[in-house]
Amino acid sequence: MTVTQPQSATVTMTYREAVREGIRDAVAGDDRVFLMGEDVGRYGGCYAVSKGLFDEFGEERIRDTPLSESGFVGAGIGAALGGMRPIVEVMTVNFSLLALDQIVNTAALYLHMSGGQFNVPIVIRMVTGAGRQLGAQHSHSLEAWFAHVPGLKVVAPATIEDARWMLATALEDPDPVIIFEHAALYGTSGEMPADSGPVDIDTARIRRSGDDVSIITHGGSLHKALTAAEELAASGISAEVLDLRSLRPLDSEAIIRTVSRTHRLVIVDEGWKSVGLSAEVLARVVEDAMWELDAPVKRVCSVEVPIPYARHMEEEALPQVHDIVVAALEILDR
Amino acid sequence: MKDPDQPRRLLKQMVMIRRFEEKCAELYQAEKIRGFLHLYIGEEAVATGVIDTLAPGDAVVATYREHGHALALGVDAGRILAEMYGAVEGVSMGRGGSMHLFDAEKRLYGGNAIVGGGLPIAVGLGLADLLQGRDRVTAVFFGEGAVAEGEFHESMNLAALWHLPVLFCCENNLYAMGTALDRAQTQTRITLKASSYEMPAWDVDGMDVVAVEEAASRAVESIRGGGGPHFLELRTYRFRAHSMFDPELYRDKEEVNEWKHRDPIEMFFTKLEADATLNTQDLNAIEDEVAAEIDTAVAFAEAGTLEPLGDLTRFVHSEEVAR
Repeated sequence: MTVTQPQSATVTMTYREAVREGIRDAVAGDDRVFLMGEDVGRYGGCYAVSKGLFDEFGEERIRDTPLSESGFVGAGIGAALGGMRPIVEVMTVNFSLLALDQIVNTAALYLHMSGGQFNVPIVIRMVTGAGRQLGAQHSHSLEAWFAHVPGLKVVAPATIEDARWMLATALEDPDPVIIFEHAALYGTSGEMPADSGPVDIDTARIRRSGDDVSIITHGGSLHKALTAAEELAASGISAEVLDLRSLRPLDSEAIIRTVSRTHRLVIVDEGWKSVGLSAEVLARVVEDAMWELDAPVKRVCSVEVPIPYARHMEEEALPQVHDIVVAALEILDR
Repeated sequence: MKDPDQPRRLLKQMVMIRRFEEKCAELYQAEKIRGFLHLYIGEEAVATGVIDTLAPGDAVVATYREHGHALALGVDAGRILAEMYGAVEGVSMGRGGSMHLFDAEKRLYGGNAIVGGGLPIAVGLGLADLLQGRDRVTAVFFGEGAVAEGEFHESMNLAALWHLPVLFCCENNLYAMGTALDRAQTQTRITLKASSYEMPAWDVDGMDVVAVEEAASRAVESIRGGGGPHFLELRTYRFRAHSMFDPELYRDKEEVNEWKHRDPIEMFFTKLEADATLNTQDLNAIEDEVAAEIDTAVAFAEAGTLEPLGDLTRFVHSEEVAR
């Protein structure tokens, strides 16, 4: 039951700064890389992620686009086919539905339809999640929609280190990678080793070790899960927290490993339960490790309602620390 | 036309497309080809005239009615047919079929079967050329039906805004599947819409290969000279049904017959005969050459083999990173 302690010198920064540093590094280090999206340039990014990069790299490489999600995501795909390494920012996952045609029908399919001739090395970053009273059309968690599609890779950096370094690995990938950044994380800060570097984008990671119950989560819910684990520890319960990091491919081995150790599972996902990511994680456990379970699995997900504006309602709709603690206690018969 | 070989080349290309498509229809009836099959018969002058003006290294983005474009680009007819047979020797290894012909060497980016979906890709290919300072043109083909799609307008705006080297080729055959243009769009003058994006837009007789070639040539030259995107509305007509499943309830036989009087191959040959460029003997020779090429293509497809089932999950991700 230990929180991983940084070994060497560390640096502290916000999630927002970490993402920005990742982009700056990528653009500075490779002429083929450019950032494109709505208000990423002169405005500095809707969430101020790209603030300062326009002045540093100019309008060619920090490229403002009109409000044409399908057009500029598709243009990113075309540019990737033409030898560039575009980073396309979509302001929120809700807006990305306007670009679903290009993401699902083009980016995900070109390699296959062309019999392996045309890979699409594009990185699409988008904001996901609720918690900022932005109402139903800016708050949804639709990661699972994309994670459904063969041909895409879908990742969700939840830590400062992943926010900083997943992009570099995604840009090295010859195929489309979608990065989901949870809106509530941008302002959070944390530390990472000063000598950190590119990280893999296809494995899950244990963020807290434990023996009594596994909590599997990703993205904006990781910190809630860690806080819940802390509260459970106060009651003498040792919870293990697994951060999925990659939503497609899912790291089934890591999922099975933690469940095989603790024999109890709570899945936390800000998406809805129905036909969602939590259902997929649960299905894999049932398929491959059902006999490891000592208790029914609990899922803590958003209530099946569009995310409301009013603060109290929004909070009620989302998975909260308390819900995770209660779920864990229930399957531990406490 | 400055190139003395061009008239014969254009005529032969159109005849090749016509006969190839007729063979496809026959092979469809014989159940050698399955799925959706969209024939280009009647529209041959468009792909032939436009693609003749492109240089090696230029790119083409096409629709699901793209056999003609692939042939005009020089993609091997046998490999196109093998693709429709679902054979691993096909241009897309049998993964694509009739609607998804791709060729990296010829820079053919589909075979795109989402109407309007190819336009943003062309914009991106143009953007890559601009950013890398390359002197290349991307020609994108789409029907007039695509003009009603948001992706058309987004792409036109982006290409004009960023001054990209893209040639937009609207193949206006008057019907989006079965829906006539004037039943679907309030403004049926498509070049007006294109002009509203501040790009040169010309309407062209798409049944006249010379007119197509001249307009495309002028546009491509201007694009290469830094003139930004250009738009051609190529007025054409599909002589056959939309696909093999179409009973054609939405148009009169008389209308079809009227257009057949403007058959692009007959019109061009009549003109060449009149000015003594080519004669019937030349046409017969072309027909013989084409027949031989199609026989070879059919033989190649017939000899095609099936990809092993064990390879099913290939090409979901690039293999260089596969474990």
